[in-house]
Amino acid sequence: MLRKYLDRVKPHFEPGGKLHAFHSVFDGFETFLYTPTSTSSSGVHIHDSLDSKRVMIIVVLALMPCLLFGMYNTGYQNFLGSGMTEFPFWSVMAYGFLAILPRIIVTYVVGLGIEFVVAQWRKEEIQEGFLVTGILVPLICPIETPIWMLAVATAFAVIFAKEVFGGTGYNVFNVALVTRAFLFFAYPASMSGDHAFISANPICGLGGHVNFADGVSGATPLGQVATTVGDKLHLTNIVGDPLSLWDAFLGLIPGSFGETSTLCILIGAAILLFTGIASWRVMLSVVAGGLFMGWIANLCQTPTYPASMLSPVEQLVFGGFAFAAVFMATDPVTAARTTVGKYVYGFLTGVIAILIRVYNNGYPEGAMLAVLLMNAFAPLIDYCVVQANVNRRMRRLKA
Amino acid sequence: MLLILYNRIFSLMEMTVNIRRGLDLRLKGGVEAGPQVKSVAPGLVAVCPDDFPGFTPKLAVKEGQTIEEGAPLLFDKINPDTMLVSPVAGTVKAVVRGDRRKILRVEVETTPEKSAPATTSVGSDAEALRLALRRSGLWVMMRQLPYDIVPEPAATPRDIFVTAIDSAPLAVDLPRSVEGKSAEIEAGLKALATLTSGKVYVGMRPDAAIPVPDPAVKVVVKGSHPAGNAGVLAANIKPVNKGETIWKLDIVTVARMGHLILKGFVDWSTLVAVTGSEVKTPCLVQTVAGAQIKPLIEGNVNNDGHHHRIIAGNVLTGTATGIDGFLHYPYRQITVIPEGDDVNEFMGWASMSPEKMSVSRSFLSRFLPGKKFAPDARLLGGRRAMIMSGEYDKVFPMDVMPEPLLKAIMSRDIDRMEQLGIYEVSPEDFALCEYVDPSKTEIQKTVREGLDYLRKELE
Repeated sequence: MLRKYLDRVKPHFEPGGKLHAFHSVFDGFETFLYTPTSTSSSGVHIHDSLDSKRVMIIVVLALMPCLLFGMYNTGYQNFLGSGMTEFPFWSVMAYGFLAILPRIIVTYVVGLGIEFVVAQWRKEEIQEGFLVTGILVPLICPIETPIWMLAVATAFAVIFAKEVFGGTGYNVFNVALVTRAFLFFAYPASMSGDHAFISANPICGLGGHVNFADGVSGATPLGQVATTVGDKLHLTNIVGDPLSLWDAFLGLIPGSFGETSTLCILIGAAILLFTGIASWRVMLSVVAGGLFMGWIANLCQTPTYPASMLSPVEQLVFGGFAFAAVFMATDPVTAARTTVGKYVYGFLTGVIAILIRVYNNGYPEGAMLAVLLMNAFAPLIDYCVVQANVNRRMRRLKA
Repeated sequence: MLLILYNRIFSLMEMTVNIRRGLDLRLKGGVEAGPQVKSVAPGLVAVCPDDFPGFTPKLAVKEGQTIEEGAPLLFDKINPDTMLVSPVAGTVKAVVRGDRRKILRVEVETTPEKSAPATTSVGSDAEALRLALRRSGLWVMMRQLPYDIVPEPAATPRDIFVTAIDSAPLAVDLPRSVEGKSAEIEAGLKALATLTSGKVYVGMRPDAAIPVPDPAVKVVVKGSHPAGNAGVLAANIKPVNKGETIWKLDIVTVARMGHLILKGFVDWSTLVAVTGSEVKTPCLVQTVAGAQIKPLIEGNVNNDGHHHRIIAGNVLTGTATGIDGFLHYPYRQITVIPEGDDVNEFMGWASMSPEKMSVSRSFLSRFLPGKKFAPDARLLGGRRAMIMSGEYDKVFPMDVMPEPLLKAIMSRDIDRMEQLGIYEVSPEDFALCEYVDPSKTEIQKTVREGLDYLRKELE
């Protein structure tokens, strides 16, 4: 039925057809719906069933727990902040859903739109990379980021971090993080502070007004840490009740939409590691690097750098560290590609994330900058690893 | 000192090579154990010069000419004594040419009455042996590294690597093909030893009964495909350095060499495994190198109305020939699989079907040990830039980094290719990388083009 319809309209998109200008879009939809029937013309006659569509979809799947929890948490924070005492599950979810939906739609429309245009222009197939980026961007931004900013930042990142390099597979920097970094540096006021992380207004009659003047603070745990004075950390939730590590692990704290729940991130990590889509080497070494640097910082703790008073485990649970370790550092295109390189890349990412977080008072969180920085160094790490192989060969030649 | 002595003694006797990175594809349509071999005498035989990279063909015969078994059909333009011969006696039926009059194949129609082939005696010194091999058509059955081409006659190989293993999917292992040919193998290996300044290594499975006379070295090879590639053997024993040459060949060619030395002519008969999910009864067929495929599989292919892909060779390195094609080098397997271009699979990328074959744990099939699959020839995805990393390494058992090397080849960077070990590899070594690649890159083609480019630039 659907196949027949596709076959009927297909001639319009072929060269000479009146809709030829959209043939990339048509190809994109056709190959999405039906596995392409192109067969091998050289080399091996059979291919593994894994393709880039499946790879991307599994990452999206792994992000689902974070997305769903993000919806609940957004609703929960609003309900809490506006003084409600009951949290009916479906209303809370519906609130979060309505809050995030326009952001997801806008990122996808802007990003995929650019992908479609570029694919058409280059006469290539549409590539799947943005399927993941499009869901990552809303997840790593504060919920109150204005939608137009999301659109501008996404367009910037897709064009300047990806397409100018040649598209998916050629980018040097993680596209989602470039989006986040663009927002962070271009619109710092909207991206940090006490108000960005809490959705403050009712949506479609759900939720309530959060009155920040009335003792409610939307500061994230790391935000609170950064402004701590004295040698005692006292972390609270938005209405001033004390915050336990367990709350942070579950994720019922203010923060970027999908990054708060370490539990859900771990579920995503389990999916990625079980299917073998993400590199366990990178993930493990980021965590190891984070724990190591957290431990060092904690050993030499000082009130000058309040974040050094956090224990290594707290460092992993608060902020975007866990999300970056599982979903950002493991992006195979921008991470190191050699086996040894992955350990080095991951470990340094972990170390630098905590380093920035603790010793740079300007940025309460360092995970984003750490991954971007290591993206830039990944080719150098790989070069050194490859050079070791080359040197081994050259020595053999001399011997 | 003692250690060196120990190594010396040990190396003379036997070595073991463990291939840890590789993959055995579990395909349907393998030949069941059993002695039944049917014999087919083909009416038509063809020799395809494209099977022999590095060989520039010039015609030695005309259409309609009557020829003896072992008579030259083509000779090499640069080294005219290197010849491709007719495996049968008969008449040259056609010289099939492609674009720019390139010779695609020479077809020979066999004469029904069998006459004894002409015999020649092979001299005892190395020079005479080389010449006899080149004129007998056995020389072209060897490959040299670097470049994976027919050996250049001027070079003396540092070592010679013989494989008695065919680890490719559905292949019948080589000891079966050389059963009862111990004398020939011994003679062949002894002769080869006179052609190298180094050693002759013979790779085989632990249970293979292949005689290895001194000074050849027996190498027991364990592990999955590509454990049977002679190049993999070389890389794991003594990799090729710049400026060095090695030869690689299979045990069947060694037996043919022995036959030439002992009896004065080449035995061109070959044991062919007819395999694949679309074959009704996978079987072994005794026939002649280069035989027409049709009589070998007629009546034995599923008649299900679907398109089939008929491959001369295995699914990883074979040539798709169609029903009217011929056996291709190394003349030992036919595989028939579904073509797949007539299948409509709805959202295949989301499939949970246990029939989808994959090395990825994102497919159910990965958790069904022992299950066999019937994959078709589709790419099962679109061509993409390299996205996933480390996938090639898992199936590439050499101290060569496949991804950086491929990138160097693609950018035609000769220095980098040399540094990364281009002299150690053949396209067939990359076959599994090409199979597992989620970006569906044409890797073997890329490597072949890279090797040809390098040879052109450096010679």
